[in-house]
Amino acid sequence: MNWQAIRSIYTFEMARFFRTLMQSFISPVISTSLYFVVFGAAIGSRIDQVDGVSYGAFIVPGLIMLSVMTQAISNASFGIYFPKFIGTIYELLSAPVNFLEIVLGYVGAAATKALFIGIVILATSALFVDLEIQHPFAMMAFMVLTCISFSLFGFIIGIWAQNFEQLQLIPLLIVTPLVFLGGSFYSISMLPPVWQTITLFNPVVYLISGFRWAFFGMADVPIGLSLLAIAGFTGLCMIAVWWIFKTGWRIRK
Amino acid sequence: MAAILSVRDLVKRYDDGFEALSGVSLEIEQGEILALLGPNGAGKTTLISTICGITEGTSGSVTVGGHDIVTGYREARRMIGLVPQEINLEPFERVINTVRFSRGLFGKPKDDAFLEKTLRQLSLWDKKDSRIMELSGGMKRRVLIAKALSHEPEVLFLDEPSAGVDVELRKDMWEIVAGLKASGTTIILTTHYIEEAEAIADRIGVIAKGELLLVEEKQALMTRMGQKQLQIDLTEPVSKLPSTLAGYDLDIAADGMAVIYSYDTRSERTGITGLLADLSKAGMVMRDLQTKQSSLEDIFVGLVAEDAA
Repeated sequence: MNWQAIRSIYTFEMARFFRTLMQSFISPVISTSLYFVVFGAAIGSRIDQVDGVSYGAFIVPGLIMLSVMTQAISNASFGIYFPKFIGTIYELLSAPVNFLEIVLGYVGAAATKALFIGIVILATSALFVDLEIQHPFAMMAFMVLTCISFSLFGFIIGIWAQNFEQLQLIPLLIVTPLVFLGGSFYSISMLPPVWQTITLFNPVVYLISGFRWAFFGMADVPIGLSLLAIAGFTGLCMIAVWWIFKTGWRIRK
Repeated sequence: MAAILSVRDLVKRYDDGFEALSGVSLEIEQGEILALLGPNGAGKTTLISTICGITEGTSGSVTVGGHDIVTGYREARRMIGLVPQEINLEPFERVINTVRFSRGLFGKPKDDAFLEKTLRQLSLWDKKDSRIMELSGGMKRRVLIAKALSHEPEVLFLDEPSAGVDVELRKDMWEIVAGLKASGTTIILTTHYIEEAEAIADRIGVIAKGELLLVEEKQALMTRMGQKQLQIDLTEPVSKLPSTLAGYDLDIAADGMAVIYSYDTRSERTGITGLLADLSKAGMVMRDLQTKQSSLEDIFVGLVAEDAA
Protein backbone atom coordinates (compact mmCIF):
# COMPACT_ATOMS: atom_id res chain seq x y z
CA MET A 1 0.00 0.00 0.00
CA ASN A 2 1.20 3.46 -0.89
CA TRP A 3 0.10 5.14 2.35
CA GLN A 4 1.90 8.34 1.45
CA ALA A 5 -0.26 8.66 -1.63
CA ILE A 6 -3.47 8.09 0.29
CA ARG A 7 -2.45 10.70 2.80
CA SER A 8 -1.48 13.15 0.07
CA ILE A 9 -4.79 12.82 -1.75
CA TYR A 10 -6.70 13.04 1.51
CA THR A 11 -4.94 16.14 2.82
CA PHE A 12 -5.04 17.81 -0.61
CA GLU A 13 -8.79 17.29 -0.82
CA MET A 14 -9.34 18.36 2.77
CA ALA A 15 -7.36 21.54 2.10
CA ARG A 16 -9.96 22.46 -0.51
CA PHE A 17 -12.61 21.98 2.17
CA PHE A 18 -10.79 24.09 4.75
CA ARG A 19 -10.32 26.90 2.23
CA THR A 20 -14.09 27.23 2.10
CA LEU A 21 -14.70 26.28 5.71
CA MET A 22 -17.05 29.16 6.42
CA GLN A 23 -19.27 28.29 3.45
CA SER A 24 -19.13 24.63 4.37
CA PHE A 25 -20.18 25.51 7.89
CA ILE A 26 -22.71 28.27 7.36
CA SER A 27 -24.80 26.80 4.58
CA PRO A 28 -25.86 23.64 6.47
CA VAL A 29 -26.56 25.69 9.60
CA ILE A 30 -28.80 28.09 7.69
CA SER A 31 -30.59 25.42 5.71
CA THR A 32 -31.19 23.34 8.84
CA SER A 33 -32.61 26.36 10.62
CA LEU A 34 -34.90 27.01 7.65
CA TYR A 35 -36.15 23.44 7.71
CA PHE A 36 -36.94 23.82 11.38
CA VAL A 37 -38.82 27.03 10.76
CA VAL A 38 -40.81 25.64 7.84
CA PHE A 39 -41.35 22.02 8.83
CA GLY A 40 -40.92 22.22 12.57
CA ALA A 41 -42.81 25.39 13.37
CA ALA A 42 -45.33 25.75 10.54
CA ILE A 43 -46.24 22.13 9.87
CA GLY A 44 -45.15 20.70 13.19
CA SER A 45 -47.66 22.85 15.03
CA ARG A 46 -50.40 20.90 13.24
CA ILE A 47 -48.84 17.42 13.49
CA ASP A 48 -47.79 17.54 17.08
CA GLN A 49 -46.37 14.05 17.59
CA VAL A 50 -45.30 11.08 15.49
CA ASP A 51 -45.19 7.78 17.36
CA GLY A 52 -44.69 9.62 20.61
CA VAL A 53 -41.89 11.87 19.36
CA SER A 54 -42.41 15.60 18.81
CA TYR A 55 -42.47 16.40 15.09
CA GLY A 56 -39.53 18.78 15.42
CA ALA A 57 -37.36 16.00 16.84
CA PHE A 58 -38.82 13.43 14.47
CA ILE A 59 -37.44 15.19 11.37
CA VAL A 60 -33.88 15.54 12.75
CA PRO A 61 -32.60 12.14 11.50
CA GLY A 62 -34.15 12.74 8.08
CA LEU A 63 -32.62 16.22 7.88
CA ILE A 64 -29.19 14.92 8.74
CA MET A 65 -29.50 12.09 6.23
CA LEU A 66 -30.69 14.46 3.51
CA SER A 67 -27.65 16.70 3.95
CA VAL A 68 -25.16 13.91 4.49
CA MET A 69 -26.24 12.09 1.35
CA THR A 70 -26.28 15.14 -0.91
CA GLN A 71 -23.03 16.48 0.55
CA ALA A 72 -21.25 13.14 0.23
CA ILE A 73 -22.32 12.81 -3.39
CA SER A 74 -21.46 16.34 -4.38
CA ASN A 75 -18.10 16.36 -2.58
CA ALA A 76 -16.96 13.04 -3.97
CA SER A 77 -18.26 13.59 -7.49
CA PHE A 78 -16.68 17.03 -7.70
CA GLY A 79 -13.44 15.77 -6.13
CA ILE A 80 -12.77 13.33 -8.95
CA TYR A 81 -14.57 15.19 -11.74
CA PHE A 82 -12.53 18.36 -11.28
CA PRO A 83 -9.12 16.74 -12.00
CA LYS A 84 -10.70 15.11 -15.02
CA PHE A 85 -12.10 18.44 -16.16
CA ILE A 86 -8.91 20.47 -15.77
CA GLY A 87 -6.61 17.62 -16.83
CA THR A 88 -4.67 17.06 -13.61
CA ILE A 89 -5.88 13.47 -13.63
CA TYR A 90 -2.76 12.66 -15.70
CA GLU A 91 -0.79 12.75 -12.51
CA LEU A 92 -3.04 10.30 -10.75
CA LEU A 93 -2.91 7.93 -13.70
CA SER A 94 0.87 8.05 -13.95
CA ALA A 95 1.45 7.70 -10.20
CA PRO A 96 2.40 4.44 -8.50
CA VAL A 97 -1.02 4.03 -6.95
CA ASN A 98 -3.76 1.47 -7.36
CA PHE A 99 -7.51 1.98 -7.40
CA LEU A 100 -7.92 1.22 -3.73
CA GLU A 101 -5.50 3.98 -2.75
CA ILE A 102 -7.17 6.53 -5.02
CA VAL A 103 -10.58 5.61 -3.66
CA LEU A 104 -9.42 5.70 -0.05
CA GLY A 105 -7.98 9.17 -0.56
CA TYR A 106 -10.86 10.75 -2.45
CA VAL A 107 -13.76 8.92 -0.85
CA GLY A 108 -12.19 9.22 2.59
CA ALA A 109 -11.95 13.00 2.22
CA ALA A 110 -15.49 13.34 0.81
CA ALA A 111 -16.89 11.17 3.59
CA THR A 112 -15.06 13.19 6.24
CA LYS A 113 -16.56 16.41 4.91
CA ALA A 114 -20.04 14.91 4.83
CA LEU A 115 -19.61 13.61 8.36
CA PHE A 116 -18.52 17.04 9.52
CA ILE A 117 -21.65 18.55 8.04
CA GLY A 118 -23.83 15.84 9.58
CA ILE A 119 -22.41 16.66 12.99
CA VAL A 120 -22.92 20.39 12.44
CA ILE A 121 -26.57 19.76 11.60
CA LEU A 122 -26.99 17.53 14.61
CA ALA A 123 -25.56 20.28 16.82
CA THR A 124 -27.75 22.93 15.18
CA SER A 125 -30.81 20.75 15.66
CA ALA A 126 -30.04 20.43 19.34
CA LEU A 127 -30.55 24.20 19.57
CA PHE A 128 -34.13 23.89 18.30
CA VAL A 129 -35.42 20.68 19.84
CA ASP A 130 -34.77 18.39 22.77
CA LEU A 131 -32.82 15.48 21.40
CA GLU A 132 -32.29 12.17 23.10
CA ILE A 133 -30.20 9.66 21.28
CA GLN A 134 -31.05 6.15 22.46
CA HIS A 135 -28.29 4.34 20.56
CA PRO A 136 -25.47 6.86 20.08
CA PHE A 137 -23.01 4.26 18.83
CA ALA A 138 -25.43 2.91 16.23
CA MET A 139 -26.29 6.48 15.25
CA MET A 140 -22.63 7.31 14.56
CA ALA A 141 -22.10 4.02 12.76
CA PHE A 142 -25.09 4.66 10.52
CA MET A 143 -23.97 8.17 9.77
CA VAL A 144 -20.38 7.10 8.98
CA LEU A 145 -21.56 4.26 6.76
CA THR A 146 -23.91 6.56 4.89
CA CYS A 147 -21.11 9.08 4.39
CA ILE A 148 -18.85 6.38 2.99
CA SER A 149 -21.37 4.68 0.75
CA PHE A 150 -22.75 7.88 -0.73
CA SER A 151 -19.24 9.23 -1.24
CA LEU A 152 -18.46 6.06 -3.18
CA PHE A 153 -21.62 6.63 -5.19
CA GLY A 154 -20.61 10.24 -5.80
CA PHE A 155 -17.16 9.09 -6.88
CA ILE A 156 -18.78 6.88 -9.52
CA ILE A 157 -20.93 9.79 -10.71
CA GLY A 158 -17.83 11.99 -10.94
CA ILE A 159 -16.09 9.46 -13.14
CA TRP A 160 -19.17 8.89 -15.25
CA ALA A 161 -19.96 12.57 -15.79
CA GLN A 162 -18.61 14.16 -18.94
CA ASN A 163 -19.80 17.67 -18.20
CA PHE A 164 -21.07 19.75 -15.30
CA GLU A 165 -24.73 19.13 -16.21
CA GLN A 166 -24.29 15.39 -15.88
CA LEU A 167 -22.57 15.94 -12.57
CA GLN A 168 -25.80 17.47 -11.26
CA LEU A 169 -28.16 15.14 -13.08
CA ILE A 170 -28.26 12.10 -10.81
CA PRO A 171 -28.25 14.00 -7.51
CA LEU A 172 -31.08 16.25 -8.70
CA LEU A 173 -33.14 13.76 -10.64
CA ILE A 174 -32.77 10.65 -8.55
CA VAL A 175 -31.20 11.19 -5.16
CA THR A 176 -33.11 14.26 -3.96
CA PRO A 177 -36.55 12.81 -4.85
CA LEU A 178 -35.66 9.48 -3.24
CA VAL A 179 -34.55 11.23 -0.07
CA PHE A 180 -37.61 13.46 0.09
CA LEU A 181 -39.91 10.52 -0.57
CA GLY A 182 -37.91 8.27 1.72
CA GLY A 183 -39.60 9.35 4.91
CA SER A 184 -37.30 12.22 5.86
CA PHE A 185 -40.21 14.33 7.02
CA TYR A 186 -42.89 11.74 7.75
CA SER A 187 -43.33 8.21 8.93
CA ILE A 188 -44.31 5.91 6.11
CA SER A 189 -47.11 4.61 8.31
CA MET A 190 -48.79 7.96 7.61
CA LEU A 191 -49.15 7.02 3.92
CA PRO A 192 -52.09 5.21 2.29
CA PRO A 193 -51.44 1.43 2.16
CA VAL A 194 -50.63 1.32 -1.57
CA TRP A 195 -47.99 3.99 -1.19
CA GLN A 196 -46.57 2.24 1.84
CA THR A 197 -45.82 -0.75 -0.38
CA ILE A 198 -44.41 1.36 -3.22
CA THR A 199 -42.20 3.25 -0.79
CA LEU A 200 -40.52 0.04 0.26
CA PHE A 201 -38.80 -0.02 -3.15
CA ASN A 202 -37.04 3.19 -2.25
CA PRO A 203 -33.67 2.20 -0.81
CA VAL A 204 -33.36 5.47 1.10
CA VAL A 205 -36.32 4.47 3.27
CA TYR A 206 -34.18 1.80 4.90
CA LEU A 207 -31.37 4.18 5.66
CA ILE A 208 -33.55 6.87 7.18
CA SER A 209 -35.58 4.33 9.11
CA GLY A 210 -32.44 2.75 10.55
CA PHE A 211 -30.99 6.11 11.43
CA ARG A 212 -34.21 7.16 13.11
CA TRP A 213 -34.20 3.92 15.11
CA ALA A 214 -30.79 4.89 16.49
CA PHE A 215 -32.31 8.13 17.77
CA PHE A 216 -35.73 7.12 19.03
CA GLY A 217 -35.76 3.34 19.08
CA MET A 218 -38.56 3.18 16.53
CA ALA A 219 -38.43 2.37 12.86
CA ASP A 220 -40.56 1.92 9.73
CA VAL A 221 -38.70 -1.22 8.75
CA PRO A 222 -36.74 -3.72 10.91
CA ILE A 223 -33.28 -2.48 11.82
CA GLY A 224 -31.68 -5.63 10.39
CA LEU A 225 -33.11 -4.78 6.98
CA SER A 226 -31.71 -1.27 7.26
CA LEU A 227 -28.26 -2.61 8.01
CA LEU A 228 -28.52 -5.01 5.10
CA ALA A 229 -29.56 -2.18 2.79
CA ILE A 230 -26.63 0.08 3.67
CA ALA A 231 -24.16 -2.82 3.52
CA GLY A 232 -25.57 -3.90 0.17
CA PHE A 233 -25.39 -0.40 -1.26
CA THR A 234 -21.80 0.03 -0.08
CA GLY A 235 -20.89 -3.34 -1.59
CA LEU A 236 -22.49 -2.47 -4.95
CA CYS A 237 -20.62 0.81 -5.12
CA MET A 238 -17.33 -0.92 -4.26
CA ILE A 239 -17.83 -3.41 -7.07
CA ALA A 240 -18.63 -0.61 -9.51
CA VAL A 241 -15.51 1.33 -8.52
CA TRP A 242 -13.34 -1.78 -8.79
CA TRP A 243 -14.72 -2.43 -12.27
CA ILE A 244 -14.12 1.19 -13.32
CA PHE A 245 -10.46 1.02 -12.44
CA LYS A 246 -10.01 -2.45 -13.85
CA THR A 247 -11.32 -1.41 -17.25
CA GLY A 248 -10.20 2.21 -17.12
CA TRP A 249 -13.75 3.23 -18.05
CA ARG A 250 -14.01 6.98 -18.70
CA ILE A 251 -10.57 7.63 -17.22
CA ARG A 252 -7.92 5.81 -19.23
CA LYS A 253 -7.97 6.18 -22.97
CA MET B 1 25.75 1.57 -20.29
CA ALA B 2 22.60 -0.28 -19.43
CA ALA B 3 19.25 0.68 -20.92
CA ILE B 4 17.10 2.35 -18.33
CA LEU B 5 14.07 2.38 -20.58
CA SER B 6 13.27 -0.28 -23.08
CA VAL B 7 10.28 -0.25 -25.42
CA ARG B 8 9.56 -3.35 -27.50
CA ASP B 9 7.12 -3.53 -30.41
CA LEU B 10 4.73 -1.13 -28.77
CA VAL B 11 1.42 -0.86 -30.58
CA LYS B 12 -1.45 1.43 -29.65
CA ARG B 13 -4.62 0.93 -31.61
CA TYR B 14 -7.75 2.85 -30.68
CA ASP B 15 -11.23 1.37 -30.77
CA ASP B 16 -11.97 3.13 -34.04
CA GLY B 17 -9.05 1.29 -35.64
CA PHE B 18 -6.67 4.24 -35.69
CA GLU B 19 -3.15 3.11 -35.02
CA ALA B 20 -1.29 5.78 -33.06
CA LEU B 21 1.80 3.60 -32.56
CA SER B 22 2.62 0.81 -34.96
CA GLY B 23 5.33 -1.27 -33.38
CA VAL B 24 7.77 1.14 -31.78
CA SER B 25 10.99 -0.27 -30.32
CA LEU B 26 13.43 1.93 -28.48
CA GLU B 27 16.22 1.62 -25.94
CA ILE B 28 17.31 4.58 -23.85
CA GLU B 29 20.49 4.59 -21.85
CA GLN B 30 20.88 5.97 -18.40
CA GLY B 31 21.83 9.63 -18.31
CA GLU B 32 21.23 10.47 -21.94
CA ILE B 33 18.94 13.02 -23.50
CA LEU B 34 16.81 11.69 -26.28
CA ALA B 35 14.75 14.03 -28.41
CA LEU B 36 11.76 12.61 -30.23
CA LEU B 37 11.08 14.70 -33.26
CA GLY B 38 7.98 14.52 -35.30
CA PRO B 39 5.13 16.51 -36.76
CA ASN B 40 1.83 16.97 -34.92
CA GLY B 41 -0.08 13.72 -34.63
CA ALA B 42 3.01 11.58 -35.17
CA GLY B 43 2.49 9.60 -31.98
CA LYS B 44 5.00 11.35 -29.70
CA THR B 45 2.54 12.06 -26.91
CA THR B 46 0.89 8.66 -27.27
CA LEU B 47 4.27 7.00 -26.83
CA ILE B 48 4.97 8.98 -23.66
CA SER B 49 1.45 8.51 -22.31
CA THR B 50 1.68 4.77 -22.79
CA ILE B 51 5.04 4.52 -21.04
CA CYS B 52 3.74 6.61 -18.14
CA GLY B 53 0.50 4.68 -17.73
CA ILE B 54 -1.97 7.29 -18.89
CA THR B 55 -3.03 5.17 -21.84
CA GLU B 56 -2.72 1.42 -22.19
CA GLY B 57 -0.77 -0.09 -25.04
CA THR B 58 -2.52 -2.62 -27.28
CA SER B 59 0.51 -4.90 -27.50
CA GLY B 60 4.22 -4.84 -26.90
CA SER B 61 6.09 -4.21 -23.69
CA VAL B 62 7.88 -1.45 -21.85
CA THR B 63 10.33 -1.75 -18.96
CA VAL B 64 11.72 1.07 -16.86
CA GLY B 65 14.80 0.20 -14.85
CA GLY B 66 13.97 -3.44 -15.53
CA HIS B 67 10.42 -3.14 -14.18
CA ASP B 68 7.58 -3.92 -16.53
CA ILE B 69 5.13 -1.00 -16.65
CA VAL B 70 2.15 -3.32 -16.22
CA THR B 71 3.24 -6.03 -13.79
CA GLY B 72 5.71 -3.82 -11.93
CA TYR B 73 3.87 -0.54 -12.35
CA ARG B 74 4.68 0.73 -8.88
CA GLU B 75 8.45 0.39 -9.23
CA ALA B 76 8.37 1.55 -12.84
CA ARG B 77 6.25 4.64 -12.21
CA ARG B 78 8.20 5.64 -9.13
CA MET B 79 11.19 6.15 -11.41
CA ILE B 80 9.33 8.37 -13.87
CA GLY B 81 8.58 12.06 -13.82
CA LEU B 82 6.22 13.44 -16.45
CA VAL B 83 5.88 17.01 -17.61
CA PRO B 84 2.79 17.05 -19.80
CA GLN B 85 2.30 19.19 -22.84
CA GLU B 86 -0.86 20.88 -21.64
CA ILE B 87 -0.68 23.12 -18.59
CA ASN B 88 -2.83 21.00 -16.31
CA LEU B 89 -2.84 22.57 -12.88
CA GLU B 90 -5.40 23.31 -10.20
CA PRO B 91 -5.87 27.07 -10.52
CA PHE B 92 -6.73 27.74 -6.86
CA GLU B 93 -3.91 25.71 -5.34
CA ARG B 94 -0.71 27.20 -4.02
CA VAL B 95 2.51 26.18 -5.70
CA ILE B 96 4.05 24.54 -2.65
CA ASN B 97 0.92 22.48 -1.91
CA THR B 98 0.64 21.10 -5.39
CA VAL B 99 4.33 20.14 -5.37
CA ARG B 100 3.98 18.49 -1.96
CA PHE B 101 0.97 16.61 -3.27
CA SER B 102 2.94 15.25 -6.20
CA ARG B 103 5.76 14.06 -4.00
CA GLY B 104 3.37 12.27 -1.66
CA LEU B 105 1.41 10.75 -4.50
CA PHE B 106 4.57 9.03 -5.69
CA GLY B 107 5.09 7.57 -2.25
CA LYS B 108 7.96 9.75 -1.09
CA PRO B 109 8.04 10.95 2.51
CA LYS B 110 7.74 14.68 3.12
CA ASP B 111 11.01 16.51 2.46
CA ASP B 112 10.57 20.26 2.35
CA ALA B 113 14.31 20.84 2.06
CA PHE B 114 14.40 18.91 -1.20
CA LEU B 115 11.33 20.73 -2.49
CA GLU B 116 12.91 24.06 -1.62
CA LYS B 117 16.01 23.09 -3.57
CA THR B 118 13.90 22.07 -6.56
CA LEU B 119 11.81 25.23 -6.48
CA ARG B 120 14.90 27.40 -6.17
CA GLN B 121 16.50 25.61 -9.10
CA LEU B 122 13.43 26.51 -11.16
CA SER B 123 13.32 30.10 -9.85
CA LEU B 124 9.98 29.36 -8.24
CA TRP B 125 10.84 29.68 -4.57
CA ASP B 126 9.55 33.23 -4.18
CA LYS B 127 6.29 32.10 -5.81
CA LYS B 128 5.80 29.12 -3.55
CA ASP B 129 2.79 30.63 -1.80
CA SER B 130 1.21 32.06 -4.94
CA ARG B 131 -1.94 30.57 -6.32
CA ILE B 132 -1.31 28.92 -9.65
CA MET B 133 -3.81 31.14 -11.45
CA GLU B 134 -1.68 34.16 -10.49
CA LEU B 135 1.34 32.83 -12.39
CA SER B 136 2.37 33.53 -15.96
CA GLY B 137 2.32 30.77 -18.55
CA GLY B 138 6.05 30.25 -18.29
CA MET B 139 5.90 30.01 -14.51
CA LYS B 140 3.10 27.47 -14.74
CA ARG B 141 5.26 25.34 -16.95
CA ARG B 142 7.99 25.50 -14.33
CA VAL B 143 5.48 24.36 -11.75
CA LEU B 144 4.75 21.34 -13.92
CA ILE B 145 8.46 20.59 -14.02
CA ALA B 146 8.73 21.05 -10.26
CA LYS B 147 5.87 18.61 -9.76
CA ALA B 148 7.55 16.06 -12.01
CA LEU B 149 10.87 16.47 -10.19
CA SER B 150 9.34 16.50 -6.72
CA HIS B 151 9.66 12.75 -6.27
CA GLU B 152 13.25 12.56 -7.53
CA PRO B 153 12.63 10.61 -10.75
CA GLU B 154 15.43 8.91 -12.63
CA VAL B 155 13.70 9.27 -15.96
CA LEU B 156 12.07 12.54 -16.92
CA PHE B 157 9.65 12.94 -19.80
CA LEU B 158 9.20 16.42 -21.18
CA ASP B 159 6.34 16.56 -23.64
CA GLU B 160 6.83 19.63 -25.82
CA PRO B 161 8.55 21.60 -23.07
CA SER B 162 8.87 24.73 -25.14
CA ALA B 163 5.52 24.81 -26.87
CA GLY B 164 4.16 28.32 -26.48
CA VAL B 165 7.17 29.45 -24.50
CA ASP B 166 9.15 32.59 -25.30
CA VAL B 167 12.75 32.46 -26.42
CA GLU B 168 14.21 33.41 -23.08
CA LEU B 169 12.26 30.81 -21.15
CA ARG B 170 13.17 28.22 -23.74
CA LYS B 171 16.85 28.96 -23.14
CA ASP B 172 16.20 28.65 -19.39
CA MET B 173 14.51 25.35 -20.00
CA TRP B 174 17.54 24.08 -21.89
CA GLU B 175 19.74 25.07 -18.99
CA ILE B 176 17.48 23.24 -16.58
CA VAL B 177 17.65 20.17 -18.78
CA ALA B 178 21.43 20.41 -18.95
CA GLY B 179 21.53 20.68 -15.15
CA LEU B 180 19.36 17.61 -14.77
CA LYS B 181 21.51 15.65 -17.17
CA ALA B 182 24.56 16.62 -15.14
CA SER B 183 22.87 15.18 -12.06
CA GLY B 184 22.37 11.89 -13.89
CA THR B 185 18.70 12.12 -14.88
CA THR B 186 17.70 10.47 -18.11
CA ILE B 187 15.58 12.78 -20.23
CA ILE B 188 13.23 12.06 -23.06
CA LEU B 189 11.71 15.09 -24.67
CA THR B 190 9.41 15.53 -27.58
CA THR B 191 9.53 18.56 -29.72
CA HIS B 192 8.81 19.80 -33.15
CA TYR B 193 11.38 22.53 -32.81
CA ILE B 194 14.40 21.14 -34.54
CA GLU B 195 16.71 23.69 -32.96
CA GLU B 196 15.69 22.40 -29.57
CA ALA B 197 16.72 18.86 -30.41
CA GLU B 198 19.87 20.16 -32.02
CA ALA B 199 20.74 22.23 -28.96
CA ILE B 200 20.27 19.74 -26.16
CA ALA B 201 19.86 16.16 -27.33
CA ASP B 202 22.47 13.40 -27.36
CA ARG B 203 20.39 11.24 -29.61
CA ILE B 204 17.51 11.99 -31.88
CA GLY B 205 14.58 9.83 -32.80
CA VAL B 206 12.34 10.74 -35.67
CA ILE B 207 8.78 9.60 -35.42
CA ALA B 208 6.03 9.96 -37.99
CA LYS B 209 2.66 8.26 -38.36
CA GLY B 210 3.25 6.08 -35.33
CA GLU B 211 6.55 4.69 -36.57
CA LEU B 212 10.00 5.40 -35.31
CA LEU B 213 11.85 6.13 -38.54
CA LEU B 214 15.28 6.24 -36.95
CA VAL B 215 17.18 6.81 -33.73
CA GLU B 216 20.75 8.04 -33.99
CA GLU B 217 23.45 10.00 -32.27
CA LYS B 218 22.81 13.61 -33.13
CA GLN B 219 26.27 14.16 -34.60
CA ALA B 220 26.23 10.93 -36.57
CA LEU B 221 22.80 11.72 -37.91
CA MET B 222 23.85 15.12 -39.05
CA THR B 223 26.99 13.82 -40.68
CA ARG B 224 25.32 10.84 -42.25
CA MET B 225 22.39 12.72 -43.61
CA GLY B 226 24.38 15.89 -44.09
CA GLN B 227 24.34 17.30 -47.53
CA LYS B 228 26.48 20.27 -48.22
CA GLN B 229 25.76 22.93 -50.74
CA LEU B 230 28.22 25.15 -52.51
CA GLN B 231 26.80 28.36 -53.86
CA ILE B 232 28.80 30.03 -56.57
CA ASP B 233 27.84 33.66 -57.19
CA LEU B 234 28.39 34.86 -60.71
CA THR B 235 29.05 38.27 -62.23
CA GLU B 236 26.68 37.65 -65.14
CA PRO B 237 23.28 35.94 -64.88
CA VAL B 238 22.83 32.56 -66.56
CA SER B 239 19.60 31.06 -67.76
CA LYS B 240 20.84 27.73 -69.04
CA LEU B 241 23.82 25.62 -68.07
CA PRO B 242 26.37 24.79 -70.78
CA SER B 243 26.44 21.10 -71.73
CA THR B 244 29.97 20.73 -70.36
CA LEU B 245 28.51 21.04 -66.85
CA ALA B 246 25.78 18.42 -67.34
CA GLY B 247 27.72 15.88 -65.24
CA TYR B 248 27.33 17.93 -62.03
CA ASP B 249 24.33 18.15 -59.71
CA LEU B 250 23.76 21.84 -60.34
CA ASP B 251 20.84 24.17 -59.87
CA ILE B 252 20.52 27.76 -61.02
CA ALA B 253 19.41 30.29 -58.39
CA ALA B 254 16.08 32.00 -59.02
CA ASP B 255 17.67 35.24 -60.22
CA GLY B 256 20.24 33.41 -62.32
CA MET B 257 23.09 35.12 -60.49
CA ALA B 258 24.37 31.92 -58.88
CA VAL B 259 24.65 28.20 -59.39
CA ILE B 260 24.21 25.81 -56.49
CA TYR B 261 26.14 22.58 -56.26
CA SER B 262 24.97 19.84 -53.91
CA TYR B 263 27.51 17.28 -52.75
CA ASP B 264 28.06 14.67 -50.12
CA THR B 265 30.64 15.46 -47.47
CA ARG B 266 31.34 11.78 -46.86
CA SER B 267 32.46 10.91 -50.38
CA GLU B 268 36.17 10.87 -51.06
CA ARG B 269 35.99 13.26 -53.96
CA THR B 270 33.53 16.08 -53.70
CA GLY B 271 34.11 17.20 -57.28
CA ILE B 272 34.61 20.80 -56.29
CA THR B 273 37.97 21.26 -58.00
CA GLY B 274 36.69 19.85 -61.28
CA LEU B 275 33.53 21.94 -61.12
CA LEU B 276 35.40 25.18 -60.57
CA ALA B 277 37.74 24.41 -63.45
CA ASP B 278 34.85 23.54 -65.75
CA LEU B 279 32.99 26.71 -64.77
CA SER B 280 36.04 28.78 -65.75
CA LYS B 281 36.35 26.88 -69.01
CA ALA B 282 32.71 27.60 -69.79
CA GLY B 283 33.54 31.29 -69.41
CA MET B 284 31.54 31.92 -66.27
CA VAL B 285 33.13 34.46 -63.96
CA MET B 286 32.89 33.73 -60.25
CA ARG B 287 32.28 36.56 -57.80
CA ASP B 288 31.98 34.70 -54.51
CA LEU B 289 31.70 31.22 -52.98
CA GLN B 290 29.80 30.01 -49.95
CA THR B 291 29.02 26.58 -48.47
CA LYS B 292 26.09 25.59 -46.34
CA GLN B 293 25.67 22.51 -44.15
CA SER B 294 22.11 21.19 -44.09
CA SER B 295 20.50 21.53 -40.70
CA LEU B 296 18.59 18.94 -38.74
CA GLU B 297 15.48 20.60 -40.01
CA ASP B 298 16.34 19.84 -43.62
CA ILE B 299 17.16 16.27 -42.64
CA PHE B 300 13.90 15.96 -40.81
CA VAL B 301 11.78 17.38 -43.57
CA GLY B 302 13.56 15.07 -46.01
CA LEU B 303 12.89 12.02 -43.86
CA VAL B 304 9.24 12.71 -43.25
CA ALA B 305 8.68 13.48 -46.92
CA GLU B 306 10.44 10.25 -47.86
CA ASP B 307 8.19 8.35 -45.51
CA ALA B 308 5.10 9.93 -46.98
CA ALA B 309 6.15 9.04 -50.51
